[in-house]
Amino acid sequence: MTFTEQIKRAIAITKKDIKIYYSKGPVIIFGLLFPFFLFLAYTIGREISARELMPGLIGMTVFFTSTSIGPGIIPWETRSKTFERLICCPVEFWAILLGDMFSSVIFGTMISIIPVMFTLLFLGLDLTSFIIIVLSLILASLCFSALGVLLSSYPPTDIPATAMMLSSLVKFPMVFISGIFIPVERLPYWGRVISSISPLTYFTDITRHLILKNGYYMLPLDFLAIVLFTAFFVYAAIKMHERTLPQRIS
Amino acid sequence: MTSPIKVDNLTKRFGEIVAVDHVSFKVRKGEIFGFLGPNGAGKTTTIRILTGILKPDEGKAFVAGYNVVEEPVKVKQRIGVVPEVSNAYVDLSAWSNLMLIGELYGVPKKERVERATKFLKEFGLYQARNRLVRGFSKGMKQRLLLCMALMNDPEILFLDEPTSGLDVESARLVREKIQQYNDDGKTIFISTHNMEEANLLCHRIAIINHGQIAAIDTPENLRLQSMELQYVEVLFNKPIKKEELMHHPEIVKVVPAGNKIRIYTANPSAIIEFVVEFAKKCEMRILSLNTMMPSLEDIFIKLVREHRENDFYRTD
Repeated sequence: MTFTEQIKRAIAITKKDIKIYYSKGPVIIFGLLFPFFLFLAYTIGREISARELMPGLIGMTVFFTSTSIGPGIIPWETRSKTFERLICCPVEFWAILLGDMFSSVIFGTMISIIPVMFTLLFLGLDLTSFIIIVLSLILASLCFSALGVLLSSYPPTDIPATAMMLSSLVKFPMVFISGIFIPVERLPYWGRVISSISPLTYFTDITRHLILKNGYYMLPLDFLAIVLFTAFFVYAAIKMHERTLPQRIS
Repeated sequence: MTSPIKVDNLTKRFGEIVAVDHVSFKVRKGEIFGFLGPNGAGKTTTIRILTGILKPDEGKAFVAGYNVVEEPVKVKQRIGVVPEVSNAYVDLSAWSNLMLIGELYGVPKKERVERATKFLKEFGLYQARNRLVRGFSKGMKQRLLLCMALMNDPEILFLDEPTSGLDVESARLVREKIQQYNDDGKTIFISTHNMEEANLLCHRIAIINHGQIAAIDTPENLRLQSMELQYVEVLFNKPIKKEELMHHPEIVKVVPAGNKIRIYTANPSAIIEFVVEFAKKCEMRILSLNTMMPSLEDIFIKLVREHRENDFYRTD
């Protein structure tokens, strides 16, 4: 069975996920409402220009939307026994997980493109910067989607709310160390070290480069870091889910 | 390909529990092979291994000519599975479920549409094709699962208790379809609790208990192996005590069954003569007299009991 054939089957899983999971309550709450109110809480009462707010807003939007579906899908499917249905189809395990990741990528990109478009239309963003931001947005969505799927691997629960809550334990600290609210250059040394292990730091840095022209790392380094994090999260998600699979279906 | 399913020394453990214990068997092409056993006997685990969902700890299994551990995707491409628990997507319509399965098996779009239409009509679900599966009855869900299992035109069908909990009409439709698809050349591996169903459908039956195979044979040969379970059922015109009939050496036991008496024996003809003589001697009339072969249920209980006793002596 060819790689292309497996990718086609992964896309079939993506289409199924879009139909079923985009309208689920926890996805709307954790993916849209929660980051929206968090952002409001940060901005109201502060004298910061719209342009300065945009890198953080885009970073937070892509991070929360891309990680809102991944942690829930496999617990949902474990509970409804549909995960076993997928496993007994002629689809490689990696293709099943990739299908789930693609659905998060599309969700994350679709929502996050809104603040990027706002920046382009109202705050003056050149076309090259816009294209680079959109490309980095897609790459970051894949990275965060893979992280979301990885976070649902352990414990192998069949309760989506549990997986969502546990993933929040990782997600929220990441937002605070990734240059969303405080730029990396203003962090103390230890803060900069910690922020360097978060992929969100590099995406926020890309948007700061292109919107505010004052990024902390070099742009190619930002891209390389996101690519490496993506590869690690995808690999770890496949291996961890393979390991916990017998517990999910027994 | 003479044996579409070949299992050799298959073993699966969950911690301390041995769910499948060195099981070996072969299923012939075009056969309906029944897998009978009490709850927790290892039926579903065996099916999960054969369908590539679980990996065995020991032994080998070949399905459609491929090793289930080494080439699971090739195995899955050639089989259809109806699991024990309904697992269609309840948030999708019946039609969307079939389209999804078609795509996951790589069935071209034109064929997907043709097959889905055909199966939905055959299984009486066409009118409900656009309804969400969430609103389906258990019978409808089970029929949809069979449609889903057939979407890739599989060589082999694995059915895990396909009629369990269904209403009489749905169960009969499912059985008819199993028979029909077997007549069309599909090999069918079916696990069931229903002895009558196994008797009606299966060419051969394996009885599994505590993860081990207790017997494999045709329903008829299993009956012949258990001749002591034959009985003569007699109704006299007046009640008698069962002890009055226990004087013949060929009688194994006497059991009251309503107003009748069941006399278990390996030699029914000798017992019929004895019963007739007994009736004459006691000046009674025989209102009915039947010789009964052991039911599959009798054989199943006997084999499972013997197996448990053997297990007990082995571990003692």
